[in-house]
Amino acid sequence: MRVLAAMSGGVDSAVAAARLVDAGHEVTGVHLALDKTPAAMRCGSRGCCSREDADDARRVADRLGLPFYVWDLSDRFEADVIDDFVAEYAAGRTPNPCLRCNEKIKFAAVLDRGVALGYDAVATGHYARRVEIDGEPALLRAKDPGKDQSYVLGVLTSDQLKRSLFPLGDSLKSEVRAEAAARGFSVAAKPDSHDICFIPDGDTAGFLAKRLGTRPGDIVDESGEVVGAHEGAHAFTVGQRRGLHLGRPAADGRPRHVLSISVADNVVVVGPRERLAVSALTGGTPTWAGRPRPDAWRGLAQVRAHGEPVAATFAATDGRLRVTLDAPIHGIAPGQTVVGYDADRVIVSATIHAAG
Amino acid sequence: MTYLDHAASSPLLPEVAEAMAAVQFAVGNPSSLHSSGRRRRALLEDARESIAADLGASPIEVVFTSGGTEGDNLAVLGGQAARVARDSAREAVVVSATEHPAVLAVSKKLPEVRVASVDDSGALNLDELDRLLDERVAVASVMWVNNETGVIQPIDEVVARGQAVGAWVHTDAVQAVGHLPVAFGASGLDLLSFTAHKLGGPVGIGALLVRREVAPIALGFGGSQERELRPGTSNATLAVGLAAAVRGAVGRLEAETVRLSGLRARLVDGVVGLVSGASVNGGVTSPNIVNVYVPGVRAGDVMMLLDAAGVECSTGSACHAGVPQPSDVLLAMGRTPQEASGALRFSFGAQSTEADVDRLLAALPDAVSRAQAAF
Repeated sequence: MRVLAAMSGGVDSAVAAARLVDAGHEVTGVHLALDKTPAAMRCGSRGCCSREDADDARRVADRLGLPFYVWDLSDRFEADVIDDFVAEYAAGRTPNPCLRCNEKIKFAAVLDRGVALGYDAVATGHYARRVEIDGEPALLRAKDPGKDQSYVLGVLTSDQLKRSLFPLGDSLKSEVRAEAAARGFSVAAKPDSHDICFIPDGDTAGFLAKRLGTRPGDIVDESGEVVGAHEGAHAFTVGQRRGLHLGRPAADGRPRHVLSISVADNVVVVGPRERLAVSALTGGTPTWAGRPRPDAWRGLAQVRAHGEPVAATFAATDGRLRVTLDAPIHGIAPGQTVVGYDADRVIVSATIHAAG
Repeated sequence: MTYLDHAASSPLLPEVAEAMAAVQFAVGNPSSLHSSGRRRRALLEDARESIAADLGASPIEVVFTSGGTEGDNLAVLGGQAARVARDSAREAVVVSATEHPAVLAVSKKLPEVRVASVDDSGALNLDELDRLLDERVAVASVMWVNNETGVIQPIDEVVARGQAVGAWVHTDAVQAVGHLPVAFGASGLDLLSFTAHKLGGPVGIGALLVRREVAPIALGFGGSQERELRPGTSNATLAVGLAAAVRGAVGRLEAETVRLSGLRARLVDGVVGLVSGASVNGGVTSPNIVNVYVPGVRAGDVMMLLDAAGVECSTGSACHAGVPQPSDVLLAMGRTPQEASGALRFSFGAQSTEADVDRLLAALPDAVSRAQAAF
């Protein structure tokens, strides 16, 4: 196959590309420039789009003898990921930008461009297994439970999966690092990237304040009593406990969490953790990783990248996905994505519209 | 492999490699006073005289540099500094809108830069140049042959206008030396920069021709080499390479002009015939560079597919961190950002053949149609 290997400059995508070469594919390395004003240097373990990261990717491609190019997708990334991220927060929801990037950039903009240019597939260093089941592409959890990234790939359609390769799905991260070192890659010991790549300092609230400004308002408890002040309801996430700066302790002395956010009223409601328990949720239009399942089915629901899967009943009706959880999950925010698994296999995903 | 990117860097010519190989193990610093030093110094000066003879300059006017960028920087920054040191009112710099960043970006660091526009063929607007030139202009810098489009500017017209207001006139002749006749002394130019590796010489050396009566201020300090304009140990081996490259290019100039013009016409006819809507960017051009607009593509996609097919060219625009940007030169010629992102540059050198052009033309239609589908 002719494969486009997306190379971030990290250890995972480097080993993924190397394995594709070993497997006999005709591989071209592509580094995606997603940042309009890339920093020269990588800072700490964050981000993936500095010049240094591009250079790291290029050096791996050199070692592998791969043609290597940088594709500028910063306009698309800005529109489809960053602006979407900001708009979702502005609307009081909590998006996952990595998921959006996979859905709109890596396995859409890049894949479509690659296919038009004559490539058969896009490969990444994600930890997930892409297999064939009954002649259909299927996405399974990775062998390494600590690194499994099937959740952030749960938004891919069957057509996208058909043209996707994840060469690291059967490996442990430790094995990948050892292999990178054995292959002599300069990135073998490079730290993993964390957090949101376009917020390199990790200060999401500060980033949102810059984009959305500040709008002071009240933090209230469930009775409506004012217990604190905030600089903009959009900066909060349902379930959040830290950074509330509440002036008065709760009557029972227990920690309080954000229960809900009303952007229209600019009010943040806080309360005890048990009030965050959710036993059912409704998602928008489901995205099926394979054949749609019209009837209700039993599976596992996961609502965040490193969240515990919970047994649940799934039912798709009227263009919505209803998920009834066997045991409650705490702190589900609208805008998050629920991914439905059948054992280890990704079946469906949907953006959560409402909890309860 | 079909290499059509000589304007980026042209392969080292065998006669140049041999000339350098013959002297590369010779010991001695050209500034040393002993026998070895004198022999090394003689090589350096032989090279200087050879270049001076080939380009119509005096040996004292040949200042070795690391290449085109350093020569451009020294001419513009060092030239402006020298003028303003003598006459504080003379601090402005005039440049054309299609200069290489080694001139354009550098001139924008100065207190006053005046930028003369070009027309849609890339030719300098001489009326505007007239308006921009006055007694306050320290240096006027206009590229002889544009590196992206091959457009030739009327350097004699620029010289006449610059001289009339007492400005020093500099030209970036990186793409001109070896491709157009250059007679420095007769040209009236004050400063002319060029580099070896566009002519089949080694990377890492070029020269700034500095008219006798003109003395820019050095940008580096710590030695008296090269008229104190370029301190540091002189590299005699590279100078020998530069001289050999210039000798070869100037010697072949007439024949190569005819031959490369034929290649260029073959390429243009082929591309325009094969790719619907394709056109050439630039009016009067050097025979060795052709810039082609391909509608409905990212030039980078075509370049990548041609690369995969064994044909190497350039996107005809500056790269920022490996990403092709819309060409500032084409934007200055009035192209839209989209048009300026769909340009490919093909450039020839001594090794280029008709077979190279034919291999390009064989690979191009498929690359263009795929790139158009991916657009």
